[in-house]
Amino acid sequence: MAEIARDAPERMTAADGTPLKAALARAQGRARRRAFLLVAPLLVFVLASFVIPIGQMLHRSVHNPVFSANMPATTAWFGANPVGTEPDEAAFAALAADLAAAAEARTIGAVGTRVNYEMQGTRSLFTSAGRKADDLEAPFRAAMLDLDRRWGEPELWNTMRNVSSPYTANFYLAAADRFRDLDGGISRVAPERQVYLTLFQRTFLLSALITAICLLLGFPIAHLLATLPLRYSNLLMILVLLPFWTSLLVRTTAWMAILQGQGVLNNALVALGVIGDDGRIALMYNQAGTVIAMTHILLPFMVLPLYSVMRNINPSYVRAARSLGASSWTAFRRVYVPQTLPGVGAGALLCFILAVGYYITPALVGGASGQLISNLIAFHMQNSLNWSLAAALATLLLAAVLLLYWVYDRLVGVDNMKLG
Amino acid sequence: MNAGRGDEAFVAFEHVQKSYDGETLVVKDLNLDIGRGEFLTMLGPSGSGKTTCLMMLAGFETATHGEIRLAGRPINSVPPEKRGIGMVFQNYALFPHMTVGENLAFPLEVRKLGRAEIEAKVKRALDMVQMGAFAARRPAQLSGGQQQRIALARALVFEPELVLMDEPLGALDKQLREHMQFEIRRLHERLGVTVVYVTHDQGEALTMSDRVAVFNDGRIQQLAPPEELYERPENRFVASFIGENNTLEGVVETISGGACTVRLATGEILDAAPVNVTRPGERTTVSIRPERVEFKPENIPPGVHTVEAEVLEFIYMGDVFRTRMRVAGNDNFVMKCRNSVGQRKLEPGERVPIGWAPHDARALDPL
Ligand SMILES: Nc1ncnc2c1ncn2[C@@H]1O[C@H](COP(=O)(O)OP(=O)(O)O)[C@@H](O)[C@H]1O
Ligand SMILES: [Mg+2]
Repeated sequence: MAEIARDAPERMTAADGTPLKAALARAQGRARRRAFLLVAPLLVFVLASFVIPIGQMLHRSVHNPVFSANMPATTAWFGANPVGTEPDEAAFAALAADLAAAAEARTIGAVGTRVNYEMQGTRSLFTSAGRKADDLEAPFRAAMLDLDRRWGEPELWNTMRNVSSPYTANFYLAAADRFRDLDGGISRVAPERQVYLTLFQRTFLLSALITAICLLLGFPIAHLLATLPLRYSNLLMILVLLPFWTSLLVRTTAWMAILQGQGVLNNALVALGVIGDDGRIALMYNQAGTVIAMTHILLPFMVLPLYSVMRNINPSYVRAARSLGASSWTAFRRVYVPQTLPGVGAGALLCFILAVGYYITPALVGGASGQLISNLIAFHMQNSLNWSLAAALATLLLAAVLLLYWVYDRLVGVDNMKLG
Repeated sequence: MNAGRGDEAFVAFEHVQKSYDGETLVVKDLNLDIGRGEFLTMLGPSGSGKTTCLMMLAGFETATHGEIRLAGRPINSVPPEKRGIGMVFQNYALFPHMTVGENLAFPLEVRKLGRAEIEAKVKRALDMVQMGAFAARRPAQLSGGQQQRIALARALVFEPELVLMDEPLGALDKQLREHMQFEIRRLHERLGVTVVYVTHDQGEALTMSDRVAVFNDGRIQQLAPPEELYERPENRFVASFIGENNTLEGVVETISGGACTVRLATGEILDAAPVNVTRPGERTTVSIRPERVEFKPENIPPGVHTVEAEVLEFIYMGDVFRTRMRVAGNDNFVMKCRNSVGQRKLEPGERVPIGWAPHDARALDPL
C-alpha cells in the first residue's frame, strides 16, 4: 500500500482497491444524504412559505394579463400597429367585438378596473359600453363615438395600449408616483396627487425615529441588565419581556386607552391643571400615536441584542481604560460603546426592518397622518383589489430593506452582528 | 529593599478590611508597607483575597475599613484614573477595537500629549517589549504571549511609578511563562518601577519577588523575602503552601533557648526549632523539607535524635532520588537525595534511621 502511494500518488486506493477519492465520496455521501434528510422538512417549509409566495409577489408586480386575456382582438391590433398610430376603423371594430365578448363573459368590469388603475374615471366607460356593445354596428368608429365621445381620446387609446401588454413596469411607476405619458416618456404625477413617495418617505423617517428612540431607551436598560447582580437583572428582564408575552392587540388598545383625547394621560393632566380641558394633547390617531406605541412594541428587539453583547463585555476593559487615566465618561465613550456596536447594529437593523413593515399598530393608532406604507399595501390588497400595485409596493419595500442590509454589511459587517 | 519602614513606604495598607456582602470579611485587617521600587508579590490560593487587595489599591473597590496610602497620600477617595497606577489584567484587557498602537496611545491621548510625543513613546514602549513590528495589528491577531507583552507595554507606556499585575501569566504555557517572568523582572530592574504582583504560583513568586506576602483566608500569613519564606516558614500554612514539606504531629517535650524536643504519637523523640511553641506539653506540627532529611549516619549531625523510617517507594527522578517512607505513622514522608557519586538507592521494605539538623525541623502551630 505504502509503496503504491509513494510511486503513484495520483492513484491512491483504499484497502479494498477502490480509488481513494471514490471511497471518500461514498463515505461522505452517506453522511450528506442523512444531513439533507434532516433539513428537508425545513427546506420544504421555507420553500412553500417564503420563496414561492415572494416569487409570486415579484411576478404579480410585473404581470397583469387581465386586458390581454379578455380583449384579444384589441390587443392584436396594438401588436400590429406601432405606437402613435391613429386608431382606425379596424381598431374600433376590434374594440367593439372585444367589448361585446367581455360583457358576455362578465369580465368587462375587471377590464374596466384594469384600465381605470392607469386612467381615473374610465371604469364606467367600459361597463356602460359593454351593456350596449351588442347593438353596435359598422361603422364602428362613429358608433363608438356616438356612445361616448371619450372613446376618441388619444390618452385612452394610449392607456389601453399600455395595459394590453401582460408584462408591465407600470405598477412600479405608479408605486413611485409616476406614469407613462402620451409620448411613452415617464412623468411625475401632480404634487397634490402624490401618495406613495410621501408615504415611503414617512415610513422610513418614522421608522428611523422609532429606532433611534428605542436605542436611546434600550441602551441604558440593557446596560443595567448586563451589570446588575443576577437576581435583580432577572426581575428587570421579566419586565422587559412582559410586553413580549402580551397580545399585540391588547398592548395597542392599552395605549389607546392611555393616550386618546379622553384617555388616562389627558384626564390626569387636566385633573392636575397642567392643561385646560380644551387643551387636551392629541397623542392618538396621528404620528405621535404610531411612534409611541411602536417604540413600546419594538423596544425588546433592541434590548435583547444589546443585552447579549453587553453581558459579554468583560468589566476589565473599562477598568483598564480607567487605570490608564480615562475618566469614567471617556472610558464609556471610547472603550465601552465601541464594543457594544455589534449589538447596536443588530438591534437597530432589527427594529428598523420590523418598523418599516409594521401594519397593525399604525392601522389602529395612526389615524390619517400616522399611516405607513404597509397600511397602503393592505388597502390595495383588501379594498381596491389592485394586487399588482400592492405587490409592486411590497417589492419596493423589500428592495429598500435589502439595500439597507447591504449598506449595513458594508459599514459594519454582518458577521459582527450579534442577535442573542 | 528597605521596605516596611512606616514613614517611607510608597504604598501602605493600614488596618484595611473588605467585605462585599456585609457578612463576611474577604480581607481581614491587612497591614502592608511596600517600598519604592520594590517587587512585591501577593501569593495565595484562589479566593484568599489577593485580587480584592489589588482592586482596592487600583481604586475599583473601596475598602470597608482602614486606609490605603500612596506616596504618603491617602487615596481612599481618589478615583482610579487619578491614581496613576499601571495595571496588567489576567485577560490582558487589550481594547479589541483598537490596534496595538492605538491601545498604547490611549493612556497618552487621555493625558492630552502631543502627536509626536505620543508616537515616540508608543514606539519606545513597543521596542521595549520587542513588539515594534506589531503596531498596526489588532489584539485578536496576536498570540497569547504577544498580547501579554502589549498589555505590559500599555501599563508602562505612561510611566507610572506603580504597576499592578493580577496573575498576568496565568493563561500562558509553562515555557512562555518562564520566559515572561524573566522579561518582567528585567523590565522592573531597568525601569525601577514599583510592582505589586499577584499569583497563585509559588515558583513564580519565589523567582521574581523581592518580598512575598503569603495570603490565606484574607490575612497575610507571612511577609518575607523568598529565601526566608522557604527556609523559615512561620506557620503550617506557609510551610505547606510553599515547596514540598513533611509534617509530623507531636507534643513539645522540652524547650530551651532555640531548641526543643517533640514526642511523636509513636513515642519517638525528635529535635526541632521552636517557632510557634513556647511551653512543654503544647501540641505542635513539625515541618521538615524533604531535601533536609538524611539517612546516612555520617550525614546526621551527632547527638540528635533519629526516627525510624520504613521505605515504601523509591522513585528515580534523574538528578534526585525521591524516597517515600512511613515515619511515625505518616505514609507520605518524603526524602530527596541528590544523585551524587556513590549515593545509595534504598529498597522498599528497608528500615533506616533518619535525622536532620535541629534547625531544619520547625515546630509550628498544631493542626
Ligand atoms: N465582586 C465581588 N462580589 C462578591 N464577592 C466577591 C467579589 N469579588 C471577590 N469576591 C469574593 O471575595 C473572595 C476573595 O476573592 P479574590 O480577591 O478574587 O481572591 P483571589 O484573587 O485571591 O483569588 C472570594 O471568596 C470571592 O468569592
Ligand atoms: Mg484573583
